[in-house]
Amino acid sequence: MAKQTETDAATGVATTGHEWDGIRELDNPMPSWWLYTFYATIAFALVWVMFYPALPFVRGLLGNTARGDLAAVMATEQAKAAPMLARLRAATPEAIAAEPELRTFALAGGRIAFANSCAGCHGAGGQGAPGGFPSLADDDWIYGGSLEEIRTTIRHGVRNGEAAEARGTAMPAFLQAGLTMPQIGDLAEHVLLLSDAGPANPAGAALFADNCAACHGERGEGNRQVGAPRLNDRIWLYGGDKASVTRSIAYSRAGVMPAWEGRLDAATINMLTVYVHALGGGEQ
Amino acid sequence: MAAIAAPIPTEPDVEAPVRAFAIATVFWGIAGFLAGVVIAAQLAFPLLNLDLEWTTFGRLRPLHTSAVIFAFGGNALIGTSLFIVQRTCRARLFGGEEMGWFLFWGYQFFIVTAAVGYLFGVTQGKEYAEPEWYVDLWLTLVWVVYLVTFGGTILKRKEPHIYVANWFLLAFIITVAMLHIVNNLALPVGDGVGKSYGLASGVQDAMIQWWYGHNAVGFFLTAGFLGMMYYFIPKQAGRPVYSYRLSIVHFWSLIFLYIWAGPHHLHYTALPDWAQTLGMVFSIMLWMPSWGGMINGLMTLSGAWDKLRTDPGLRFSVTAVGFYAMATFEGPVMSIRAVNSLSHYTDWTIGHVHSGALGWNGFIIFGALYWLIPVLWKKRLYSERLVSWHFWVATLGIVLYITAMWVSGIMQGLMWRAYDEHGFLQYAFVETVAAMHPYYVIRMLGGLLYLSGALIMAWNIYRTVTAKEEAAPAALPAALPMAAE
Repeated sequence: MAKQTETDAATGVATTGHEWDGIRELDNPMPSWWLYTFYATIAFALVWVMFYPALPFVRGLLGNTARGDLAAVMATEQAKAAPMLARLRAATPEAIAAEPELRTFALAGGRIAFANSCAGCHGAGGQGAPGGFPSLADDDWIYGGSLEEIRTTIRHGVRNGEAAEARGTAMPAFLQAGLTMPQIGDLAEHVLLLSDAGPANPAGAALFADNCAACHGERGEGNRQVGAPRLNDRIWLYGGDKASVTRSIAYSRAGVMPAWEGRLDAATINMLTVYVHALGGGEQ
Repeated sequence: MAAIAAPIPTEPDVEAPVRAFAIATVFWGIAGFLAGVVIAAQLAFPLLNLDLEWTTFGRLRPLHTSAVIFAFGGNALIGTSLFIVQRTCRARLFGGEEMGWFLFWGYQFFIVTAAVGYLFGVTQGKEYAEPEWYVDLWLTLVWVVYLVTFGGTILKRKEPHIYVANWFLLAFIITVAMLHIVNNLALPVGDGVGKSYGLASGVQDAMIQWWYGHNAVGFFLTAGFLGMMYYFIPKQAGRPVYSYRLSIVHFWSLIFLYIWAGPHHLHYTALPDWAQTLGMVFSIMLWMPSWGGMINGLMTLSGAWDKLRTDPGLRFSVTAVGFYAMATFEGPVMSIRAVNSLSHYTDWTIGHVHSGALGWNGFIIFGALYWLIPVLWKKRLYSERLVSWHFWVATLGIVLYITAMWVSGIMQGLMWRAYDEHGFLQYAFVETVAAMHPYYVIRMLGGLLYLSGALIMAWNIYRTVTAKEEAAPAALPAALPMAAE
């Protein structure tokens, strides 16, 4: 096809003379703003490449590295927080709670540490969750609610098999420990009766005295030494209907909590201790 | 080659497989949009994961991305490219109808085997390259056939020059082949077919993956779709392409610069600083080459802007170019390290991708389909009014989607880096997730609107192709004469 340029009537611009399936092309120049912006981005790129590392083994004129930036920011921030964190690390939770400045700082740090490490199980405000995640905002403590007891629980966790000092004793699964399902049903009724939530069941009462009272107490008042929860307060970790209680007795539950020592530093554990203590149920 | 394929002069273009690709485009589009709405709903309401492994977000997400990019976008690209190359080369498809049908069924087989793999948890874990080695091998075969078909048709063309759309389409086909092969180099292991280990590891693997991922955007969703734009916009507008020179310069600068920009996906990672910097500056230089396509798309309408009022199909194409311009400006901005430190890993990225995917890729396909379907079936489009409805419903959907993601993404980035006066983080991660819930709901509604628009289109197309009478030839978009010559 001979190359024949023609003039486009609408714009007065010549075509290139090419045609494909009826499509032609105008011979417009490249818009100058487009061209100069393109040049500008190339110039920007060249300058940037001079100042920042952009070639293997070559540092830019600024000597800047991402690692260096990070180290500088971290050093500044750590230097700012260091004195306070050193005090938090050295002090006992009691001392922190007694000193207003430390306490304010610990509550702020404890809040975010709790939100990131604890709230997943214990809830955003420490309200707990069904299925074995105790509330931390009430005074129904399983292992004790003093600052020292709380810190011990946080440091070592519960029945996690990783810390020798972990809390918790194992309650037997009574279906395997010799009781029958009807006996366990009687027992469950008696357990509910302890908080006036079930019918009187003399057989259950006898079983309770033989099998449960040693840890949970004769009237189900619980025993923090062995971590046996109170049974007479209508606060339930796994549900307070007869079926749930029956399951707990028959199969046992044995909830776990990780040991946070080693995962969080001493200052953070102290802040968490003060924060959890202040959630509502802290004891002296 | 000329000896093998010497065509009978009167033999018509191969169009039956192109028709099949057009229908498949609509079908997979709806499937992909639906999957998108489902996973958007799952993000807002996690209960919708249904607690079944097959329906979790993790498995449906690649189903969505592959369905929209490779099934919807891929069928549109292959179908229109086979149409365009025959028309603009005045040559019958190399390999004829059989080649077209092999491509069609071969590509659908790839889509289905990939999708089935996702649902059953078979994945390489590489974003946009999830299919395992057996699917990759099959796609390689289909793609080589595609290259031979397309390249063969260009070789036997009867036009002296190769049209700009074909440059872009050829660049797309060749580069995607290269990306696909290199990123999927892997050694199958185990006794089943569903597992392999990639040849590269660590940061090298990450670099190859994002070289692939970024250029899947660059060559599949940009170069290929620019090829589509360069054919359909001049056709719809009935106007010559604005600037030949611009098309040359922006073509070569685009394909040269795009291939280097991948490392901007790996800012602030173990990737060496120098590679990150290079990725960033190449992304910035890419701004104008991308906009060259925008200028040629929009300025081609000079002298025919009034057609926007009367041709809702053209409205799709032009709006697509607008979204293209927006996304290709936003991309370089987000590649700047300081901006990326805020935007990376947030929903801003998702919003950015969707302004390109829904606005640019989706709309250019819709515009092309509304022009192409009447031509392929030689029938008048059932309803222009429904095209208008589709346009406005889909546009509203996009606006809801991307504004929700901008707000949610920037909020998320700011919440992650907020510190209180004691130097502690202001927000726990889960609090940032909770804060995004309303935007996730808005995004889901946006996706629902976009899906509804596509359903309107499907109905319109169904009524068009099943209509009894053939339209009079005069009603077809004609081979367009110069305006007022």
